[in-house]
Amino acid sequence: MTRTKKAIHTVLFHVIVCAIGIVMIYPLIWMFFSSFKESSLVLSTVEQLFPSTWRFDNYVKGWSGFGGTTFTVFFKNSIVVTSLSVVGNVIASAMAAYAFSRVRFRGRGILFLFMMVTMMVPSQVLVVPQYIIFNKLNWVDTFLPLVIPEWGGRAFFIFLIMQFIAGIPKELDEAAEIDGCGRIRLFLNIMLPLIKPALATSAIFAFYWKWDDFMGSLLYLNAPENYTVSIALKLFCDPTSVSDYGAMFAMCVLSLLPVIVLFLFTQKYIVEGISMSGLKS
Amino acid sequence: MKELSSGRRRKPGKGKYDNLVGYLFVGPWLVCFLAFTAIPFLASFVLSFTEYNMLSNPTFIGLANYVKLFTQDKLFLTSLGVTFRFVFLSIPLRLVFALLVAMILNRDSKAVPFYRVVYYLPSILGGSVAVSVMWKYCFSKTGVFNTFLQSLGIPCDISWISNKDTALWSIVLLFIWQFGSPMLIFLSGLKQIPTSYYEAAVVDGAGPVKKFFKITLPLLSPIIFFNLVMQMIGGFMVFSQAMIITDGGPMNKTLVYALYLYRQSFAYYKMGYGCAMAWILLVIIGFFTALVFKSSSAWVFYENELFGGGNKKKRRGRK
Repeated sequence: MTRTKKAIHTVLFHVIVCAIGIVMIYPLIWMFFSSFKESSLVLSTVEQLFPSTWRFDNYVKGWSGFGGTTFTVFFKNSIVVTSLSVVGNVIASAMAAYAFSRVRFRGRGILFLFMMVTMMVPSQVLVVPQYIIFNKLNWVDTFLPLVIPEWGGRAFFIFLIMQFIAGIPKELDEAAEIDGCGRIRLFLNIMLPLIKPALATSAIFAFYWKWDDFMGSLLYLNAPENYTVSIALKLFCDPTSVSDYGAMFAMCVLSLLPVIVLFLFTQKYIVEGISMSGLKS
Repeated sequence: MKELSSGRRRKPGKGKYDNLVGYLFVGPWLVCFLAFTAIPFLASFVLSFTEYNMLSNPTFIGLANYVKLFTQDKLFLTSLGVTFRFVFLSIPLRLVFALLVAMILNRDSKAVPFYRVVYYLPSILGGSVAVSVMWKYCFSKTGVFNTFLQSLGIPCDISWISNKDTALWSIVLLFIWQFGSPMLIFLSGLKQIPTSYYEAAVVDGAGPVKKFFKITLPLLSPIIFFNLVMQMIGGFMVFSQAMIITDGGPMNKTLVYALYLYRQSFAYYKMGYGCAMAWILLVIIGFFTALVFKSSSAWVFYENELFGGGNKKKRRGRK
């Protein structure tokens, strides 16, 4: 290939890729700038991306929430639910992954099979009995139904961590055992530091899924002071109640902010992780 | 051999210790599995043969729920149709788009990691309420999409989300928009195809179309098929987007299965009926999962390829 032809190809590549990228990201950019527009102009000046006057008070108005409950409460709830879920989920997943990979206990095979099958079970099958159980336990309208099930880990993360453990030589375990290191210390002092990347990937995805979780909040949270951001946002943006589009988009932007920031800081983990494991969205 | 060597080292009582440690570590998962998966799973099956509204005790009614679903419930059939249409439109299109972009991005350029991140961003955000809300206003009468069409010289002033012919398409587009993860998987799959194949094809006089259909597509087919089925399983469970963007409307044209199931169970409190619906969904998803395993002989070499580095294949190819 001649040099000029190659240069044309490169330019063409960047033009096409940028064009697709801009079209894809444009709705997000539009939402971002719309959140600074005068509310009445949001849907009437769509063709104009930048606001003519920057209305930062949309954020103040949006933050005041509805029914006397502010977004301070909703964000606090989301942070509590998400962090408790993520921590419990990753610890339990790591423990289970270690046991399935390295400990020869009775019933390991059948339990592993059960675990893999749970990945295929649609949540719709479980949702009604789960609701009945949580209702009987008097857990409805608390964070418990959203958090406690996560403390068992997730099959997907367990499998991800197991794949990572498979790459760690077994001789390491044996050497540690010969040195008189018990299984629990082996897990805490040797295994955990080695599987950090898999734990990080799991934690990141656990965060995304929990932060965005809509179904759980919809089912189990009734009182506005218990709402997480996702359910609060849904009600805040309900067409019957919303007229303040500026404030609506302002809160949408804020709810996406933690996800975007985390993604930008951890994109290397994520992109590599998916490329390797064949992850579904 | 391995058994033997570890057996030699095994101290007396080691097996018991392993059991103890094993169940200690697997414990949290096991408890949650029993309480929140296994028991609900069985309960759901039993409840699907009952009438239950949470106020009185469940009453056994045999197959009545299932019979009613298939013979009397028009909305059930509607929702099934909507869901199949949704899945068979959005998932293949998402994969086609993912493959197309992956092939464009499959070149040595310092900018590729940046583009990968940009293209993957929608997949990270796609499940959130905020993006569904944004989508709703992008496809409204005065939304971004119509403005975009007008700027291309196509006059258009319908509301995509409240027109009965286009409403489902607006949700399909939201799913295509999230093509990031299959794209990343295809991209790593493309990287594994040895360039020598293409070089040999060029020597034999193959054009780009022939190269795609004779080399790229066959070699990626295991990954494509696996993704197709996995994504379809996810597609059957679509819920929050349909609820937020259109809430099943207009005229039930976007009443997806999970949304109808939710309404039956938690709006009308027909818990038994909802469970019966869930089990029909499970059968449908089970069918597609079985399809993966049946065809596993076709895609299982992909894993060897992944771990073996593809050298074997290359050698075989040269012979």
